[in-house]
Amino acid sequence: MGRMLFSSQHNTANNDPFELAHPNRGQKFKENVFTLLVYCCAFTLPTLLVFAAYELTTKCMPSVSKFGLSFLFNHDWNPVSGHFGALPFLYGTAMSSGLSLLIASCLGIGTALFLTEFSPRWIQKPLIILIQIISAIPSVVWGLWALFELIPWLQKYVVPFLKDYLGFLPLFQGNFYGVSLLSGSLVVAIMILPIMISVTIEMIKSVPSIYKEAVFALGSTHWESIRIGVLPFIRKGLLGVAILGLGRAIGEAMAVTMVIGNRPEISLSLLSPAYTLSSVLANEFAESTSELHISALYEIALLLGAITIVVNLLAQLFIHGLEPLDFTKLFGKENQKKNLS
Amino acid sequence: MRVAFYRLRKFENILIKLLCAFASFFVILPFVLILVYLIVAGASSFNFDFITQLPKPIGEKGGGMANSIVGTLILMGLTFLIGTPIGILSGVFVAEYGNEKLRKIVRFSADLLNGTPSIVIGILVYGWIVSPMHGFSVIAASIALSLIFIPLVLRTTEESLLLVPKELRDAALALGIRKWKVVCYVLIETAKQGILSGILVALARISGETAPLLFTAFGNQYWTYRLDEPISALPLQIFEYAISPYEQWHKDAWAGALVLLLLIFLLHLSVRILLKKNS
Repeated sequence: MGRMLFSSQHNTANNDPFELAHPNRGQKFKENVFTLLVYCCAFTLPTLLVFAAYELTTKCMPSVSKFGLSFLFNHDWNPVSGHFGALPFLYGTAMSSGLSLLIASCLGIGTALFLTEFSPRWIQKPLIILIQIISAIPSVVWGLWALFELIPWLQKYVVPFLKDYLGFLPLFQGNFYGVSLLSGSLVVAIMILPIMISVTIEMIKSVPSIYKEAVFALGSTHWESIRIGVLPFIRKGLLGVAILGLGRAIGEAMAVTMVIGNRPEISLSLLSPAYTLSSVLANEFAESTSELHISALYEIALLLGAITIVVNLLAQLFIHGLEPLDFTKLFGKENQKKNLS
Repeated sequence: MRVAFYRLRKFENILIKLLCAFASFFVILPFVLILVYLIVAGASSFNFDFITQLPKPIGEKGGGMANSIVGTLILMGLTFLIGTPIGILSGVFVAEYGNEKLRKIVRFSADLLNGTPSIVIGILVYGWIVSPMHGFSVIAASIALSLIFIPLVLRTTEESLLLVPKELRDAALALGIRKWKVVCYVLIETAKQGILSGILVALARISGETAPLLFTAFGNQYWTYRLDEPISALPLQIFEYAISPYEQWHKDAWAGALVLLLLIFLLHLSVRILLKKNS
């Protein structure tokens, strides 16, 4: 209805006495200027994205043509001798974000269930506000905290315990210098927890309580009512939340750079230092001099961007269902599909 | 139902409840401790000099982060100037203009940009602006921050415009008012509150961004008055001080973190007040 009025408006504008007195050229001009402005503003973002993709791909060409696919599988990163391989960074990113996701999703789902279902009512609101406050703390402050609080604490209490009881695993062997994969993963887990908890709480709340009540009426316990009446409805969404957290963990730069140790090595132990895609960019980009080095860093940026975009698309797919990101509709292929079927 | 099963189910119920309580204990206790520690450690090294003086070389007593605080405010202001019109007008586009396909493209690219790591955005702006201009600059930094700012404003603007009752729009159009006037004086006016709170939240978000500033603002030990010079910002200074080996600088980093947190909470608080006052 509104849209019909918009389109017919140009023809019927003369009904306005003001416009009868003044030929509507001025108004029409303003209208056109405004529309043009809106279109220009709206298309800055898509244009910039196209430029971004172009820039990243052209700038990393020297590195791609020199190393090819071996860039991904080579573990030698040496700016002095001009050998560049991204494997240590890929490994570090995968390990740190995977571990932080594991920690955060276990704790996050538990906390969300507690806050929506099990906890007394008076405690819920203050805790949810606390979680919102925590989610506003910037990355660099987390890094600061991890460097001076988390690491000493790990060194004093956690690592001796891990070594005593789990030291036989390769995961917990070797010396602990404080900066390590473990510290990096923990700080990222803490950083992604608030957003995961609040999205999960929203999803649990969005399930109609009738389902739960129906299960209750059959004589179930509280947990069974949740397991049968709530969780199946948000299963996909939970997966989406986890992937959303993963996307954040992969892209996280500052806090990780400060505590992960920044050494391009591949070691099985969680206690040894590592390096991630984003922290190598944070450390080396402003100081790189040789063209090949810069180009290799651009290739890493491209990898990082591509990985996070894919992960975020997956998350949206699971959280909102397939509707908002239907590619076939976006690029107008739905007609072809219809013809085929 | 047999009694044995009943007991088992009862036991399972209690076990899960305990596990959830433990999980939230492990989450919420550290959160409280972190907040308390940040405030205590920040307050203990915070003083008047800190917000009025320039940083001093290591070894000299005193000194502060006045230039970083002002730098952060300058960057936020410039980002606000660049990002707000573009963000709001693109939000208007997504809610009111174009056809479904164009809207989807705009919305989709905003989502993509929103999910891109901020460090990659920093690198892009380095390639676009810093390296052609042969120097780190305020303007490059605020463009990088705008790229984070605009998608956030776009989404909140779209959401608040969609909340405007359809009758209001139809009534305005029935009076024969031009579309651009309806948009500016009716729709944006009505959705003002939501848009404003979205802008404030986005400002709070960009004020803590560090990664894109590493390659665009770069940091500066002195005052800057020009837009084509490097500038210092609180997050940058905190990062630099935190990874330095000096005890005094570590303390300054905590004080800087406290100032940054106060700034962010002030923005969030004003959003809450804004939303409460008119609802």
